Amino acid sequence: MTTFTPTTPSEVRSTVASAVAQESPLEILGHGSKRGIGRPQQSEHTLDLSKLSGVTLYEPAELVLSAKAGTPLADIETLLAEHGQQLAFEPMDYGPLLGGEAGKGTLGGVLGANLSGPRRLKAGAARDHILGINVVSGRGEAFKSGGRVVKNVTGYDMSKLMANSWGTLAVFTDVTFKVLPAAETEVTLAIRGLLDDAAAAAMALALDSSAEVSSAAHLPERIAARVAGGALGNEAVTLLRVEGFGPSVAYRITALKTLLGNAGPLEEIDGETSRLIWRDVRDCRPFADNSEKPVWRVSMAPSQGHQMVLSLRMQAAVSAFYDWQGGLVWLRMEQGDPEAALLRGLFRKHGGGHATLVRAAPSHRAALPVFEPQPPALAALSARLKQEFDPKNILNPGRMA
Amino acid sequence: MSGLAMPKPDDATMRRRDEIVADMRIIVPGEGVVDAANSMRAFESDGLTAYRQLPLVVVLPQTVAQVSRVLKYCNDRNIRVVPRGSGTSLSGGALPLEDAVLLVMSRFNRILEIDFPNRVVVAQPGVTNLGITTAVEQEGFYYAPDPSSQIACSIGGNVAENSGGVHCLKYGLTANNVLGIEMVLMNGEVVRLGGSHLDAEGYDLLGVMTGSEGLLGVVTEVTVRILKKPEMARALLIGFPTSEQGGQCVADIIGAGIIPGGMEMMDRPAIQAAEDFVHAGYPLDVEALLIVELDGPGVEVDHLIGLVEAIAYKNGSTTCRISQSEQERLSFWAGRKAAFPAVGRISPDYYCMDGTIPRKELPRVLAGMRELSEKYGLGVANVFHAGDGNLHPLILYDANVPGELDKAESFGADILRLCVKVGGVLTGEHGVGVEKRDLMPEMFSQADLDQQMRVKCAFDPNHLLNPGKVFPQLRRCAELGRMHISGGKLPFPDIPRF
Repeated sequence: MTTFTPTTPSEVRSTVASAVAQESPLEILGHGSKRGIGRPQQSEHTLDLSKLSGVTLYEPAELVLSAKAGTPLADIETLLAEHGQQLAFEPMDYGPLLGGEAGKGTLGGVLGANLSGPRRLKAGAARDHILGINVVSGRGEAFKSGGRVVKNVTGYDMSKLMANSWGTLAVFTDVTFKVLPAAETEVTLAIRGLLDDAAAAAMALALDSSAEVSSAAHLPERIAARVAGGALGNEAVTLLRVEGFGPSVAYRITALKTLLGNAGPLEEIDGETSRLIWRDVRDCRPFADNSEKPVWRVSMAPSQGHQMVLSLRMQAAVSAFYDWQGGLVWLRMEQGDPEAALLRGLFRKHGGGHATLVRAAPSHRAALPVFEPQPPALAALSARLKQEFDPKNILNPGRMA
Repeated sequence: MSGLAMPKPDDATMRRRDEIVADMRIIVPGEGVVDAANSMRAFESDGLTAYRQLPLVVVLPQTVAQVSRVLKYCNDRNIRVVPRGSGTSLSGGALPLEDAVLLVMSRFNRILEIDFPNRVVVAQPGVTNLGITTAVEQEGFYYAPDPSSQIACSIGGNVAENSGGVHCLKYGLTANNVLGIEMVLMNGEVVRLGGSHLDAEGYDLLGVMTGSEGLLGVVTEVTVRILKKPEMARALLIGFPTSEQGGQCVADIIGAGIIPGGMEMMDRPAIQAAEDFVHAGYPLDVEALLIVELDGPGVEVDHLIGLVEAIAYKNGSTTCRISQSEQERLSFWAGRKAAFPAVGRISPDYYCMDGTIPRKELPRVLAGMRELSEKYGLGVANVFHAGDGNLHPLILYDANVPGELDKAESFGADILRLCVKVGGVLTGEHGVGVEKRDLMPEMFSQADLDQQMRVKCAFDPNHLLNPGKVFPQLRRCAELGRMHISGGKLPFPDIPRF
């Protein structure tokens, strides 16, 4: 068991090339903040990218930032904030949920896990903002894809292919993202006391308006108390975030209040409290309980989320809350059994989607497919792709199995 | 381009043409198979009309099962297939091959589902881009990517090319607005990626399919996200004495945290041609004309108009008009939207290029273009998606003058080389196709191209789907798959260990 800590892309390449020659698998690691996601690995060696760090290009006016893959996300976010910019897709921090430290994680990990946050609804995920990559494939060969401009269709978009590949296709050495101006103002409109179905209807109404709601979440009773240090109280709360220039935000919040006047008691939340609420929703803090109780992340059509949960509650003890207008369902299985077959059967009945077991004991992760199993033709295609990038199965073998 | 080499026709396929046509008629009965030369003439080129080729046979399937059977039939018999939507590609992506079945998806023309609560539309690939907006606009929704061919281009073709448009800086390209597809692989297998939910499971095959130019699979269904129409839009028409000032104004607008719905720039020759054609009231004494469109709630638009006006003034604008009515806003756009036909009026032919550059390099690239223009003795007019650095030089030539097409193509290639040299790319939205195929090595190393071809191998190991496009040289998948491990069991290199 050896840990290799390269500091240059060429050291990454020679390390992978040697691993290929010896046919000895590598676990690919940044800060390890998401190490607990996926099937537990038994790789012979570890390739630690945390010393492959630093911003290599930042052109605020061109909306482009490039950095080495091991650059801390926190450093990137600080740098961008100094220029009034941000990664608009709001990458979540898995640290607290998985029992680790908050504020860890690398830019490479953001791409590898295709992270996003509550603004996913409006702004997309990491895959929507990645512009270019330099990587080393599991063949031990360095290659690049994409570029350092925001509009580019030259050749296959292999940068997107790296999103959600969890280190199984290639080792990233340098990544380039599109960056965007941060909103000048944010205000959250909270509606109190709605049950899940009424909340789904209210969120649909808000998203159907031209108020440009950037995030819509629903925290049922008791869950609400677990964000922003309890600032919201215990009662169920439905949250709508509006961002932009001051006068526009004020106008749109007023429009939403008129639209939702009959839905329930309304409250405006702004400033630091609003930011904390969305950070905690983003990071799934309500379930950050230092336990190994299974937590699922389910993506489905927004109108179907609460209906699937209703069916699930008939058969299992679960806690649930909703982001993305109800299209992202976070589930904690209270009795300790992941109930994978039950859950996956249910959401297929509710229009389809996919579920990832983002937290579970290693024994569960070893026994169950953590990522959504694919139909045979698609699974075969994915396997052929893996083969084309990593024919010796050197990179994070089995993690996505 | 005029000397472009396409894959050598396969003799065995050419000899079996009658048998293949007969078999196609069995798979796609009725009107769906066209084999007479005069009828196939309509399909001999796409939007890149300098290139023409009759296909082996034209097949217009109507069902997914037919697409699957056609592809499996061809795969089993080593017959090439070129997929085609509406045929509006500007890079020759749908150019037929002499020995290939041309698979035309235009009969897949139905909208299958409109789901307002989840804000998605499921459409067959032959539905036009504008057809999606038309289907949902009575409820105040629209489909955001708006390539200039939107009245004709198909949504399946948009997926193949990852089409953009003037609004994509704010609203994204096709890749950012498509949630799912159904596609058929060359072996006939039907695969679904994504759906009405966000983010597909597993590897982002949807991401790699979008913009794959018909080389990986044939799209048979598309699920797109629709957006609520902004409450209003207003535009500013701003003139600058130099392109540097125009470019700096764009940078400052973005620097102020403003992402306009559209931000277009034109250079003097383009302004002149457009004004002569549509009399939009463009100032003729400026080197750069900027159209900035702001959309959203009225209060936001008014607020931002004030900010942009101040930024323009600070950057030395000599003219700045603000639209006071929808009619005036449309008049600002009239010249820009007519730029291509306007240039067509002053020159017998024009050749439209499509590079992207870091915006700050605009003055250098424009200066380089002026030099090239003198060198080749051909005029050039520029329209520029200024927000995202996507440049469309229009090279003026006369195809009836012997050698001018070749000169125009060489001029175009030199412009794209210049784009790559300053840190840009060969194509921002038109695709590589056959047009930029041989320029790919300007941007990519052999290792880069080899890995792209390996992606192709996972989808279509026999290179039967749309060969001769995108890649300058096709390498066999068996050869690409070979591992070159030097020295066998090497020790790990001397790097820090713990």
